[in-house]
This record gives sequence, C-alpha cells and structure tokens, in this order.
Amino acid sequence: MNKRRLLAIIKKEFIQIRRDRPSLAIAFLMPLLMLFLFGYAVTTDVNNMPMAVLDYDHSPSGRLLADEFIATSYFTITAHPDNYQEVRALMDSGKVKAALIIPEGYESSLKRGEKATVQFLVDGSDPLFARTAFQTAGILAQVESQSLLAQAAAGAGRPQPQGPAVDIESRAWYNPGLESLKFNIPGLIGLIMQNVTVMLTAFALVRERERGTLEQLMVTPIRGSELMVGKLVPYMLIAFIGTAVILAASTLWFQVPVTGSILLLLALTVIFLFFALGVGMLISTIAKTQLQAMQMTVLVILPSILLSGFVFPRSSMPPFLQYLGDIIPLTYFLEILRGIMLKGTGLADLWPDVIPLTLFGVGVVVLASRKFRKRVE
Amino acid sequence: MKQESRDLGHERFNSRQTSVPKGDPPVPPAIVVEHLKKQFGALVAVDDVSFTVPAGTIFGLLGPNGSGKSTTIRMLCGLMRPSGGSGQVLGLDIVSRAEEVKSSIGYMSQKFSLYEDLTVMENIHFFGSIYGLPQAEIGSRYRNLVERMRLGGRERQLVGTLSGGWKQRVALACAFLHQPRLLILDEPTAGVDPVSRRLFWDILAGLAADGVTILLTTHYMDEAESCHLTALMFRGRLQAFGPPADLIRQAGLRTLEDVFIHMVGEGGREVE
Repeated sequence: MNKRRLLAIIKKEFIQIRRDRPSLAIAFLMPLLMLFLFGYAVTTDVNNMPMAVLDYDHSPSGRLLADEFIATSYFTITAHPDNYQEVRALMDSGKVKAALIIPEGYESSLKRGEKATVQFLVDGSDPLFARTAFQTAGILAQVESQSLLAQAAAGAGRPQPQGPAVDIESRAWYNPGLESLKFNIPGLIGLIMQNVTVMLTAFALVRERERGTLEQLMVTPIRGSELMVGKLVPYMLIAFIGTAVILAASTLWFQVPVTGSILLLLALTVIFLFFALGVGMLISTIAKTQLQAMQMTVLVILPSILLSGFVFPRSSMPPFLQYLGDIIPLTYFLEILRGIMLKGTGLADLWPDVIPLTLFGVGVVVLASRKFRKRVE
Repeated sequence: MKQESRDLGHERFNSRQTSVPKGDPPVPPAIVVEHLKKQFGALVAVDDVSFTVPAGTIFGLLGPNGSGKSTTIRMLCGLMRPSGGSGQVLGLDIVSRAEEVKSSIGYMSQKFSLYEDLTVMENIHFFGSIYGLPQAEIGSRYRNLVERMRLGGRERQLVGTLSGGWKQRVALACAFLHQPRLLILDEPTAGVDPVSRRLFWDILAGLAADGVTILLTTHYMDEAESCHLTALMFRGRLQAFGPPADLIRQAGLRTLEDVFIHMVGEGGREVE
C-alpha cells in the first residue's frame, strides 16, 4: 500500500462526506433517532396499561390482589365499574386494556383453603399487550399462591390448601422471557450501528461507478486495497462517533449503565465497525447500481435481526440458521454489548466473540479488495 | 517529426506512412495493435483490428455509436482484456503489463469523470497524489497547466458548477498531470461548445508538438480532419486507416464526411 495514495483517498472522502449533508445526517442523526424510537417503543407498550377492577367481594384480600397488579407498574387501575356490562363497555371503547373481576366469596374461599378463582380479561387485539398482561397475571397468581401457602403452613389451625390457592383464569400459554428495556438497549445499539454502517459503505463504491469516476480511477496506479482502506477510514471515524453518541444516550437518557469497562467496549466497537463496514464495502464492489446496493443491504440487515439473537435466542435455532448467524457481525457484537454493559464481562470471557469478529472483519475487507477489479467487463 | 506535428494541415501527411518514420534516433510507435478482438457472448464488438500509431501523432478513431471504438480504447487502457490478438502501448503489453500501462498513460473516459463535489484544485491534488506526485510537485505542475489549459481563476470552484468546456479542460489537466507520453481521450469534445472545442484542439496541438501521442474518438468531422491519422471503425472492424487526405483521395470523394458515410453505407450492405 502506497501511503501517499492512501492519504489522498482518505482526504478526498472526508471532503466529499463533509459536503454531503444527507449522508452526514444518516451517520449522526439516524442512530439517535432509531434509539429513541425503538427505546420508547419497547418501554411504553408494557407500562401503565389502563385496567378496570370489578370487585364483587369488597374484601381486604381482593383489594390486596388489585394492589399487587398496580405494584408491577404494568397496570394502572383507571376504573371501578359496578357490574359486568360496564366492564364490557370499558373494554369495547378501549378505555381499559384489561379487567380484573373478583367474585363474591373470594376471601371466604381462601380462608376455607379452597381454590379461589378470579377472572382476568385482556384486550387481545394487540398480542404484545395481551401476552405481557397474561404473563404478569400468571406470575402474580403464583406469587400470591405461594405467600398464601406459606401463611397456611405457619397458621396451625388452618387447613392445608390443595394446589395453588389463587388461580387466575387465563387461556394464554406462558412465556417466561419477559424482555426488559435493560436487555433490549444493548441489542438496539448493536443493531442500529450495524445497519447504519453497512448502509454507509454499501454506496461508497457504487456511487463512483454510477458517476463514472470509478472508471477514471481504474486507469490510475491505484490498488484495490488502497481504495478499500482509504474509504473505510473516514467512515470508521464517523461510525465510531455515532456509536459513542448513542452509547452516551443509552446510559444518560435510558439509564442503562455500562457495568464493565467502557474502554474495552469502545475498543471492541472498532473491531465490530471494521467488520460491518467491510460487509458494506463488499456489497459495494458486487453491486452495479445504487439500487442493487440498497437491495443487498436489506438482504443482509433483515435476516440479521432474527439470526443474530437480537430477538430469539440462537441456541434454540436449527444448526443451519446458527451457521448463518455466525457470519453476521451483529451476532458477536450482541454478546459483547450485553456482556460488558449488563454483566460487566471482561476480555477474558469475550475471546470466543472477539476472535471470529476480528477474523471475519479482516476476511471481508480482504475479499472486497480482491473483488475490486481494475477492469470493466 | 515534432516539426511536422506543429502544423495540423493534413497535406503534410500524404506521403507519410503509418510505420515508424525513418531517421534517428528511431522513436518506437506509441501504439501497436495486432488482430485485436473482443467478444461479449455472441457479439463481436471488436473484430481483427490492427494498426500502428507513431509517437507524437494525433490519432482520431471514428465510427458510429456501437462500432467498437470505446471497447478498443478500453482494451488499450488495460480496462478490458482482449478476447484475441495483442497490443502494445508505449512498448508495454496491454494484457501482461496492464498496470504499467495505466501508470504511463493519461485517460479521459467518455463522461468527464471528475469529482463534481470537489473543487478544481482538490481534483488536481487528488489525481496528482494518486499518480504518486508529491504536493509541491503537483503545485508547480498545476501552475504550468493553468497556463497551458487556460484554467486561470476558477481553482476554488466546485467542478460540478463549471461549464462543459471547463470541465473538459480540468479533466485533461488531471489526465496530463503525471506527464504521460500518451493521452487516450474517449469523446472528449462531446457536448462542448464550438469555442471551447477550438480552444481544446489548440491545447492538443500544443501537446502533440511536444511529442505527446494523442488517441481520441470523435463524431465531429472537422476534428477528424485535424488529426494526423484517422481510422474508421464500423461494426467492430477497421474499415479504413490513414491520414485524412489520403482517405479522401483514395475514395475519390471531397470530404472526410463523404468518406465516412460512404464507408458506413458500404459496410452496412456487406453485413446485410
């Protein structure tokens, strides 16, 4: 690699990026915008669901159960209807998303050691609402039952209840994977940064091809590697600043702290960005037009949301899909982000992710350099 | 030979052959092409083309669109690998030493392939550095080129805001910055106003006088008649080759345009 040629390309790219306002906006504003968009989408949908409580029993045990719902902060009791018709009207109008109906004799059933049944209604039109509501209700029932069982065991004269003391009737299957904001934010950082960086470089070469400047460059002594690295360096800097900014927003605004070493996280971010930018560059060498580059970018980004483990755990996927996930930069970076941010994991435990991330990064950039032919055919 | 090139009148070339001129020291020809062929699937874009261009010549490659001019040029630049035949540019084989060819020639592709979002100076510095020239050297060469290419006063203007004639001269300056002995220009004057075209040709004549060989393609017959040597391509084949005046006389016609139309018509009948 010739230093003078490399520097010439880096300088040229910086000048062009500086004059290209839309690209600058994508690089700096889009990550923040997406973080806030997704960050809030994830938090608000399970918080403060309006709920109605129809209490036929008017007992301390019934009120205690309703309070348990409020304590989860998933529900806010906004209505106290007097009969079932009113509950129906509230649900129909959408004023409440859930309703708890405590039947007459709830407390007395509990006292007798019999199974007490309450009804829990959920607006199922939004499956995410419904699932979270069901999960919460299920957990509450378990907790309530256990505490009552404990009380029963302590109280000598009371008869031993058979099975769970409180049964909340709900017909949804139970999924213990309640995803919290804390778990989501590190993944979001990785996902957003991967998509933005792949998009940034996917156009880097295609644009020159379309404008005809690439043909001019091909008839110069320039080398493929100089062109690739020269184009990567400026985008690397931009993407790095972008990552630092959304990392700051995550800790300061969303209160997701970095438990482990920030320096280690930033260092590994560089490796991740190198891989992601390399993937974009490879797309750019293969694509003939900007449209093709865009389509290929989508082809990479969409499966990576699922295959990287961002939504579903990779361990439960069939081997073929796991292999596919192995070649996605986000897969490794997710482990690194979640590890360092949430668990405070150190480099010693992250090697299994750092090594493939580095190898694939170098591999993809070398491949892009090789793929770039100084010929038109 | 330099003396000859200074005058663009074609009568002087009547007696001149396409081979290397006699006298010492013998200057090797700038371009030698033998049985060059390029095939894209079933389409033969360039078919058995042979010619020799002596150093210091302005060589015009003529032909209708799709006749194989650009493909020939791209093979000479090392941008395309020939399907058959061979070629040497400045004594370098266009296949085995394609990269050396690229460093030694100056090339202007069909569009003015400059960075429109860079200023004139930034383009010059970029291409200068790509050719490995130090900053100071680029600066001093550029000052000379400003004079030669009539580029004064717009150094800090974005290339995208320049007129066609200006873009063309900036592109030529970028292609000539590393002082190549051969310039290959693909339709350099397409879409340029007549005054700028005249100016451009004055610049080319000056370069040729200094011994620079120039290969260009054009659709303008007045430009073709100003070339020392012309070749007429049609459907991938070389139909005629020689100084313009010779071509006109051999065909028994009055102008090069007549020759062009006659040959294209004849070739058309041949193929059909």
